Amino acid sequence: MTIGNPMMYVGAVGLIMIGLFTVLSKRNLIKIIVGLTLLDTGVNVLLIAIGYIHNRTAPIVTRTYTDPTKMVDPIPQALVLTAIVIGLGVTALALALAIRVYGHYKTLDTRKIRGLKW
Amino acid sequence: MRAFVSFSVLALIVVGLALSLSHIPFGNSTANTDRMHVAKYYLNNGVKDTGAPNLVTAVVLDYRALDTLGEVTVLFIASLGLGIFLSWPKKEGSEDDDKRGLPPASLIVRRGSQFLFPLILLFGGYIFLHGHLTPGGGFQGGSVIASAFLLMFLGNTGYRLRQKTLAVTESLAGITFVIIGLIGLGVGGYFLNNFLPKGSVFALFSAGVIPILYAAIGLKVGAELAGIVANMFGSGSEG
Amino acid sequence: MIYIAILTVAMLIAGVGAYFFRDLIAAVVACAAVSLIASVLFYLLQAPDVAMAEAAIGAGLTTAIFVIAIRKTGRYEK
Repeated sequence: MTIGNPMMYVGAVGLIMIGLFTVLSKRNLIKIIVGLTLLDTGVNVLLIAIGYIHNRTAPIVTRTYTDPTKMVDPIPQALVLTAIVIGLGVTALALALAIRVYGHYKTLDTRKIRGLKW
Repeated sequence: MRAFVSFSVLALIVVGLALSLSHIPFGNSTANTDRMHVAKYYLNNGVKDTGAPNLVTAVVLDYRALDTLGEVTVLFIASLGLGIFLSWPKKEGSEDDDKRGLPPASLIVRRGSQFLFPLILLFGGYIFLHGHLTPGGGFQGGSVIASAFLLMFLGNTGYRLRQKTLAVTESLAGITFVIIGLIGLGVGGYFLNNFLPKGSVFALFSAGVIPILYAAIGLKVGAELAGIVANMFGSGSEG
Repeated sequence: MIYIAILTVAMLIAGVGAYFFRDLIAAVVACAAVSLIASVLFYLLQAPDVAMAEAAIGAGLTTAIFVIAIRKTGRYEK
């Protein structure tokens, strides 16, 4: 109960940072999309961790368990549920773009693709 | 220069996140850090209002059902964009993936995947039909259905999906969602009103329109994700 | 709660691996490991709905789509 307290936030923020750093520093388009996926997962973990409360159960009522003061927050879970599905759609769209870029330039290196430099 | 800019951006974000998260102790709910003002209403009245014991489903499909419609629309647009990008300047003969020297799968893999395919479809249907009672729902069931199609693509070389069937399923499911919302608007006065009788809690046919909506979402998400997988497999690389 | 700490460290290690691997297939598999551990974490944080969605989509379909895209482009990051 004590060690888990900052650990969850450290994990989520660390995952967000790894994803952002991959997006900022890598030059391969597929690697950049991998970074976006990591970023997505990190944000989802952070949201669920914010909604969690100790000693409470999942927000599902059963026949024997009906106490609503002993359940965690359902709103971040509903939010993240839809965010995961959208994440897959966005990743697939980005990969389709990367495949088209490869078909046109024969490379995925952003340094060699005109118009993608920074 | 580039590394310096990256690190300073990251440091800025870490400081900001740490400052804001220090006011939200993990897993703690005392009187002055209580964040569940809206959620308390959902937890106390969710089963009575919607008839769904799974309160996440109650939030997704009753209290915030309009947001869910928007989310399904976003997924539809993403899959539409993917289809356009991957099939737009069509090269002749690039449709066939088998020419890249992919050997046919062995008999065990082929028969095994064909045997598992209907079972996985059944499991996906079970998940989205029981979405209002147990963990699961349309999004999870739809992705399980899409993974069944993925298994067929992996196990059977030259497996093709009829895009027309996918498109018809997807459109019918989307139209069902909107029509139920419009009927709710006519009967109860607001869009996506839960106009059917709630029934008894914990029964399969309960919670009014929620099972119908979740079945529509399950079919729509399953068809869209299977279409995404089929498009990724089907288009040639031209490389 | 000690499980959460161990799983978090494993998740971060897998994420760092996804950054460093030159082989893109290895990076994608590390990314799938991150998703799988995140799914277990969602379950431990009392979110079974989200855990199911993450296991089916994050660890399954996303990985498959990445592998198809890598097969159509190039495998190694130069």
